[in-house]
Amino acid sequence: MTRLPLEGIRVVELAVVWSGPYVCRLLGDWGAEVIKVESRQHFQFHTRGYMPKMPEFLVQQTVGYSTYKKLGYNPDTAHNTFTLFNGQASNKLSFTVDMRTPKGMDIFRRLIEVSDVLVENNSPRIKEKLGISWDVLKQWNPKLVMLSMPGFGGTGPYKDYRAFGVHMDNFVGHGHMSCYLDEEFDTESVVYHADEAGGIMGALAVMMALYQRLSTGKGQYIDLAQTEASACHLGQAIMDYTMNKRNTEKTGNRDYHGAVQGCYRCKDVRGKFAGGIEFTDSRINITITNDEEWQGFCRAMGNPTWTKDERFSTSLSRYQNHDELDRLIEEWTINYDNYCIMDRLQKEGVPAGPVMDEKDAYSDPHLRVRGFFNELTHPVCGTHLYPGIAWKMSKTPNHLKLPPPCLGEHNEYVYKQVIGVTDEEYAELVKEGHIGTDYIESIGFSL
Amino acid sequence: MTNQPLSAVKVLDLTWYISGPYCTKLLADYGAEVLKVERPGEGDPVRKMGPFFKDDPHPEKSGLFLYLNTNKKGITLDLKSSFGKNAIKELVKDADVLVESFSPGVMERLGLGYAELERINPRLVLTSISNFGQFGPYRDYKASELIIYGMGGAMNESGLPDREPLKKATGTPVLFSAGNMAALAVMIALYQAKAAGSGQQIDFSLMEAQLESVDRRMSQLLAYQYNNEITNRSDVRARPVYPAGLYPCKDGWWAITAIGVEWPAVGKMMGMPEITDDPRWSNMIAQVMPGHREEFMALFIPWCLEHTKKECVEAGQAAGANCGPINTMEEVLDDRHLKERGFWAEIEHPFTGKLTYPGRPFLAEDMPWSIRRPAPLLGQHNEEIYCGKLGYSKKNLVKLKETGCI
Repeated sequence: MTRLPLEGIRVVELAVVWSGPYVCRLLGDWGAEVIKVESRQHFQFHTRGYMPKMPEFLVQQTVGYSTYKKLGYNPDTAHNTFTLFNGQASNKLSFTVDMRTPKGMDIFRRLIEVSDVLVENNSPRIKEKLGISWDVLKQWNPKLVMLSMPGFGGTGPYKDYRAFGVHMDNFVGHGHMSCYLDEEFDTESVVYHADEAGGIMGALAVMMALYQRLSTGKGQYIDLAQTEASACHLGQAIMDYTMNKRNTEKTGNRDYHGAVQGCYRCKDVRGKFAGGIEFTDSRINITITNDEEWQGFCRAMGNPTWTKDERFSTSLSRYQNHDELDRLIEEWTINYDNYCIMDRLQKEGVPAGPVMDEKDAYSDPHLRVRGFFNELTHPVCGTHLYPGIAWKMSKTPNHLKLPPPCLGEHNEYVYKQVIGVTDEEYAELVKEGHIGTDYIESIGFSL
Repeated sequence: MTNQPLSAVKVLDLTWYISGPYCTKLLADYGAEVLKVERPGEGDPVRKMGPFFKDDPHPEKSGLFLYLNTNKKGITLDLKSSFGKNAIKELVKDADVLVESFSPGVMERLGLGYAELERINPRLVLTSISNFGQFGPYRDYKASELIIYGMGGAMNESGLPDREPLKKATGTPVLFSAGNMAALAVMIALYQAKAAGSGQQIDFSLMEAQLESVDRRMSQLLAYQYNNEITNRSDVRARPVYPAGLYPCKDGWWAITAIGVEWPAVGKMMGMPEITDDPRWSNMIAQVMPGHREEFMALFIPWCLEHTKKECVEAGQAAGANCGPINTMEEVLDDRHLKERGFWAEIEHPFTGKLTYPGRPFLAEDMPWSIRRPAPLLGQHNEEIYCGKLGYSKKNLVKLKETGCI
């Protein structure tokens, strides 16, 4: 059995930004042929970049992480070097069509007729505007599985609300719980769970529908609200409210279920942040939930006298004296490398692990042995290691196969072999501007 | 309900804690027949984790357990006993899926490794969920939600630049998304097993699942490859373009992002259309110039403070801005949108009565989500399974209980 499980399944991706594309990445990783529908006439903000031909000085103004490949930066091909896109576009094909024209819509219909899955995460009004509701699509292809995954779903009072991850996370109460104990909410982390939850849940929904289709032969429409999918991941806090009318408050890095838990500073390591800023930092996470682990922890530190203090003798007293304990623990961790502390504590049966940055991940011995990163060569970006596939299957060994596609890179294949347009028709579509590998010069987009 | 997508799927569930049980819950809620196997006496350790119904730490009243185990049947079984091993081999015969979350190597030591199970049932999809996977230097390392988030997740870039990195909310969403992804892995393998008639073993590591799934993590890993730059923790209050972040308002906090093409929504929302074309803010380049942020905030923050979060969000959405409130759980439970969409589920349980739970994760006409039974009491279905299915007499059942096998 060497065929990947989803070989023979064709997925059409009409998705933007992160979560919708992530659904398709998960399916493409396991053999589905993912065709990304793009347009030369409409630049998708936040998907292929921030603007067409983004000026270089803006690319250098980096927030958090670099979103474009900087070395050899060329505004004309910048849309092919956007990390937010390339990070989850491996194993996908790209073709261009202007769906706002009747001919473009006809091409889209012909693609849908020969596909198994359509994934879209646009606001519901985009679907209405283009006229691609499920009622229309199911007539084009009754075997189609269509996943729509806007922030708030396809029905209800907020169905047209616009939202990014930050708004969805905070709407379902996640933001209210994830914050430093002594800071205000505007310091919250910039990593949002809703995209992850919506993406994974969306792929699961598609697989259930494909599985059901094996028996029924019928496709169907799935309405997934990313906010609801992520609320499903907050069962603990929701149940506390419905059982005890208690609002879960922020906990910082701590946990209700035991002490000690925290993130501690280790011996400094030098590095360079995005934008070239130098830093010195390194951290370890430690979790201790019972006496056995506490004793292991004390042994690993060489049993310093403070550990005999009565204030730290039970789980409850450690919880009550957490601040003081944090201070003492950090006095120890600051002397050592975080990877060394992990090995030392794990040897004594204490859960501990470094806070890994990207450099750590690429040099991590465990990930290397497991083959997590796969080398791919991208026509514009060159050869790099890309984050690989999330799990392994014993009989269908797997690795990333295709690099992220450039805009319109697979036009010829998709038009001629998948949709079946003739050479004459193809030439005409080129002339009309549907087919190409760059954005139309007149595209309206202000800085 | 026979038309649930997984109603013909049988799952043997040897998982505990959070990720494994969430994986099998998702399958059970869409129709799979899931048999949960717990240790005699104590059962799943999640039974000892809160929150508890009316704060009573009783093993049948853990809200986390109740939520994670809906629609499952439950038996107790000592897997170390020879009876236990044989019972699993018997139950595996007609199972489609077995999900386990023991430390790597435990199943092999019990004589229940994939080679053995495959011999009994070649169609079986064996899903092994562990912290770091079935092989590799960290195979036997212990983990927690915090540790997985630090090693796989995006913790290094969460929080303020001059402070310690910060994890996401407690309440284990990291472990839930891993369970969610494990269910996806099961479905992909099951799809192939149905078509090809052959199952396989899934090696599912919480660390890799996080590394691959966390919002933008893959992009950041790639950014390091492209530019040799590490993602820093950034102070969202100092973002170069705005408004993009969380802001105080009359009765709490709200969040809005209206930058670039969406900037005109801000003037519309605040009833100050003149700011749209103001050269200080009308494009991203102008916005980053010194002083411009402060001048904008001097208009914006007072506007926020004059309005409730509901008013802010309604005005923002009407103007076309991405925005939303910072809700407490009370507000989430009370929200009209989730109520109108019928998101919540009312579930009756013998120890708690009727309670509200999070409901279906998605809607699909031909794939109904339903609650057929609440989470099982410890050993609730022992008689049904051991006597009804495996053919032991009631007398045997007493013996098995006395010897601690069940």
